[in-house]
Amino acid sequence: MTAWVRVEESEGFAPPDARAFDLPPLFDSVEWLTKPALQIVLSVVIISAFFLLTTRRISVVPGRLQFAAEGVYGFVRNTIARDIIGSHDFRAFLPLLLTLFTFIYVNNVFGVIPLIQFPTMSHIAFPVVLAMVVWVVFNYVGIKRKGFVVYFKGVMFPPGVPGWVYVLLAPIELVSTIIIRPLTMAVRLFANMFAGHMLILVFMLGAEYMLIEGGAVLKAISVVPFALGIGITFFELLIQFLQAYVFVLLTALYIAGAISEEH
Amino acid sequence: MEGSLNAVGYGLAAIGPGVGIGLIFAAYISGVARQPEARSTLQGIALLGFALVEALALLGFVLFFL
Repeated sequence: MTAWVRVEESEGFAPPDARAFDLPPLFDSVEWLTKPALQIVLSVVIISAFFLLTTRRISVVPGRLQFAAEGVYGFVRNTIARDIIGSHDFRAFLPLLLTLFTFIYVNNVFGVIPLIQFPTMSHIAFPVVLAMVVWVVFNYVGIKRKGFVVYFKGVMFPPGVPGWVYVLLAPIELVSTIIIRPLTMAVRLFANMFAGHMLILVFMLGAEYMLIEGGAVLKAISVVPFALGIGITFFELLIQFLQAYVFVLLTALYIAGAISEEH
Repeated sequence: MEGSLNAVGYGLAAIGPGVGIGLIFAAYISGVARQPEARSTLQGIALLGFALVEALALLGFVLFFL
């Protein structure tokens, strides 16, 4: 696990590595209650409270809170679900897509919220479960809509290719749909959050070390990594939104591919 | 000299996604330059492509720690 040169005994700077993500249980007696587990519960509470409060007294002319909720809902509904799945079928998948988007986004944003500052999705178990849910859904709706044989024929034999190519194409398409799709979805989300958190750690811990341990020149230069770390944090805000968006977008694309007729 | 070959490997692995992201944004910029009114459509596509390609670089970054 040691990737960088670690100087264990001497007093040199030891950069953060993957061990920074191994958080101990919050209480010694409760083994499973770690910080990410708590954040998952917190995110569910936040999202439920947000949508319950904003839509409790719903009116034709929206108030400020209702407008915010409608903005989130409208974004997922119009720019993701309706554009990709198509106006005929998209309603059935709206609850799944909206839940995925808000859940992933809130958990990602935990990475930059002061006092929390840990992206839940940087533990791979959470993205894996989300990708499994998506995998089950798009295969299920495909099989239900077209039947088992027709669905897998559509997956393995896309039209418009000369016959002999199918020898190569059919197994590649099968593996890519059944194995590669959920794998890349989970790893993409995980890797983005992991790498983002690690980048912030590297900048901030490096700057802290320069400020505390360094000489006069290093103390002065430590302004630069601090500023870069803050810049990276704002960049992370963009990435966090983008990853939630991409995850939901790919979910919609896979569902659309599974239920579309000709392909 | 001490160190880890992982770092060199990650540097090499980042070349591909670097070229890819460059191509995506080059196409986006020239697209907007030709048709400024298509900016909002192109922006979504460009960001989607950026996120997909960037994931390759991040895969290397994660493997770097394993």
